[in-house]
Amino acid sequence: MGEMEQMKKEAEALKTQIEAARKAVHDTDMASAAAGVAPAPQVQLKTRKTLKGHLAKIYAMHWSTDNRLMVSASQDGKLLIWDSHSGNKVNAVPLKSSWVMTCAYAPSGNLVASGGLDNMCTVYNLKTPVIKTVKELDAHTGYLSCARFLSDTEILTSSGDTTCALWDLETGKQKTVFLNHVGDCMCLSLSPDMNSFVSGACDSLAKLWDVRDGQCKQTFQGHTSDINAISFIPSGNAIITGSDDCTCKMYDIRADQEVICYQDAALNSGVTSLALSTSGRLIFAGYDDFNCNIWDSLKGEKVGVLSGHDNRVSCTGVPEDGMCVCTGSWDSFLKIWN
Amino acid sequence: MTINTLSQDGVQRQQMPCLTKMERMIISMQDPDMGIKLRNQRLLITVIPHAMTGVDIVEWLIKKFSISDEEALHVGQLFIKYGYIYPLKEPRNLILKADDSSYRFQTPYYWMSTRWPASELDYAIYLAKKNIRKQGELIEYEKECYNALHKRINHTWDFVVMQAREQLRASKQRRKADRIVLECQEQAYWLVNRPPPGTQDSIDHGPERRTMNTRVQLNAEFYKKEIEHNRISLARNRVKSSICLESYVKYCEQYQPHDPIMQGCLPSNPWITDDIMFWNMTSETVALPTKLRVERWSFCFMELLNDPMGRKEFLTYLEKEFSAENLCFWQACEDVRHGETAKIPEKVDEVYKQFLAPGASRWVNIDSKTMEKTLEGLKRPHRFVLDDAQMHIYFLMKKDSYPRYLKSELYKNLLARAIVPQETKKSVFPFMRRQRHSSPSPALATQTAEDDGKAKNSNSNSGTASRL
Repeated sequence: MGEMEQMKKEAEALKTQIEAARKAVHDTDMASAAAGVAPAPQVQLKTRKTLKGHLAKIYAMHWSTDNRLMVSASQDGKLLIWDSHSGNKVNAVPLKSSWVMTCAYAPSGNLVASGGLDNMCTVYNLKTPVIKTVKELDAHTGYLSCARFLSDTEILTSSGDTTCALWDLETGKQKTVFLNHVGDCMCLSLSPDMNSFVSGACDSLAKLWDVRDGQCKQTFQGHTSDINAISFIPSGNAIITGSDDCTCKMYDIRADQEVICYQDAALNSGVTSLALSTSGRLIFAGYDDFNCNIWDSLKGEKVGVLSGHDNRVSCTGVPEDGMCVCTGSWDSFLKIWN
Repeated sequence: MTINTLSQDGVQRQQMPCLTKMERMIISMQDPDMGIKLRNQRLLITVIPHAMTGVDIVEWLIKKFSISDEEALHVGQLFIKYGYIYPLKEPRNLILKADDSSYRFQTPYYWMSTRWPASELDYAIYLAKKNIRKQGELIEYEKECYNALHKRINHTWDFVVMQAREQLRASKQRRKADRIVLECQEQAYWLVNRPPPGTQDSIDHGPERRTMNTRVQLNAEFYKKEIEHNRISLARNRVKSSICLESYVKYCEQYQPHDPIMQGCLPSNPWITDDIMFWNMTSETVALPTKLRVERWSFCFMELLNDPMGRKEFLTYLEKEFSAENLCFWQACEDVRHGETAKIPEKVDEVYKQFLAPGASRWVNIDSKTMEKTLEGLKRPHRFVLDDAQMHIYFLMKKDSYPRYLKSELYKNLLARAIVPQETKKSVFPFMRRQRHSSPSPALATQTAEDDGKAKNSNSNSGTASRL
């Protein structure tokens, strides 16, 4: 026991030194850096479309790279592919297990994936005459919380078993397993150059991983509860996280630390999801209190609210061309705002 | 009156903040002077006190909050879904009807904030009571739940049955009206907390977390890795916050004209006007690109490479400079990185033959160290074997060809010819509000007067390009 206690102390001591090193380079804060920028206007977005069709809670949605199609997953046991502009349902994929928690659209538009309490990630081909299951990726020992395609041949998953994994879709096997979190991994986000990704977990840490060598490169702390949502900013130099502690934070990767915290005394429900506008200026964060709040990322102020859902906002997404925001909720509806 | 949950480190968090708001409203709805007028309601042969009609609820909400019919109905509906109000005539139908259907307020004893999560034991007692009172009164799904509970908490089943009998006995001694009211309240509570399959469960909270904490052992091995990880982390280079934040601010400002939510877009946002001209004008195969799109290529090299049209233009330029093989090599490497695993060896071989072999037709100029490392790696080809070489060529193009391309006649001509779309206005309906933006797009300022005239005369939504 003595040896372990010593090692624990050593690890802690190193952590303190790391904090000191971080402080040393922290020569300014966002408020000063953005002092010269004009405040964002009070953003009033209206619901442009309400997509009705699911019969139970919507847990996840993901835009296709063509900016019109999207996939949504609901616990009624279906994945729906929508042409969101016309509101038509292009496809309905029945799921073997209705306890779905995530869905993803491949950049090519050929594949979609889903997963949840069945601990598996199932990949479907949308381009065959009848939608077929391409692979069932079965190796996680906990629920699947998030999945993201790198291409038609590789997919990243995060799981409640505290690991993330990179899978080869041709063999259906895990190529790399990313081990370091000590709590359920709840979310992940791929960097724009696809060489790295970040994951958020119930241990209140966000970690940056290298896709190629499987190593955890950086760890970001500061949150006091589960991190439910995470995203790279468009430039790839920083990440935004949303947590059950009711705050969102921005961590800069090069400075290796938190640079700003988005919080409001009046907001006391957890953040469930987030998405950014094209320039990174606006953060759309979905909360447990049924609203989606809009933050000005530079000024750290709330500049708008998207209200209209009857239950928790479980997922948010901005398409690649940045033309609108989509929110999905446990009230079974998806809304498109602009 | 809120549900608080203590997370692992003792941090208090409001579980469902909406409940406080709802309860405040419910209390004011029951105010003897300003609240809803309650009256007796006849239910079969019994008279139920303190009931109200659906219309009462809706009208009270409209008056109190100055909202529309639709919104009042919607808000009233939420009270029923969360169990604060329940219907008398059709208890299983948890919807609010704005007619003379009767409703009652649920007693605070059964409010979500006092009694959540619903305990299994209580549910067992409830079902047992129903079963004892009248054999066969349990519906199908209730029977299943009953049997499942019987299995799961079999050890306390005697207690369950005893409690059920006690409660039934006590209720027999009440007045009939009271008994019926209590039964209604209890039933309403369970309809919300244990909804029949197929109906929406408003109060479910998603799957349990932290069941896997035991998976990761915090042992010596773990701490050894932690120490190693922390050592590497301590040694890393950190950039000053001022530099990082400055670059972030610059990025936001540079991309603001390209952010449709911040600054609108021309000709119009398809989500607002239902006109898909924007998507047509920015598609991959369009003849002439928009100005914004061409400008974006000058922001950074990746922007140019990420746009297929940009790549094509760049290739044309490189061909003139006799260095097109660099871009072709880069693209071939991308194909290896993101393509099928099975094809990697043959693709890598192709790349070697075309670009790396001595005397290759499209030989790329890589420094000797990188070339040596790459050739060594080719003996055992994998997805990332060409990364170093690709990176070298990427930086070569970025530092040399890219800046010259931006200064070239080819680029400047394209930029001059590029389209600035005219704004399309949505057909003007009297009650439609215009969208608000931070500042109008620069092109708008000169076009507005013209467009106003056009919009008034025509009802169509088609946009026009200013130069073709």
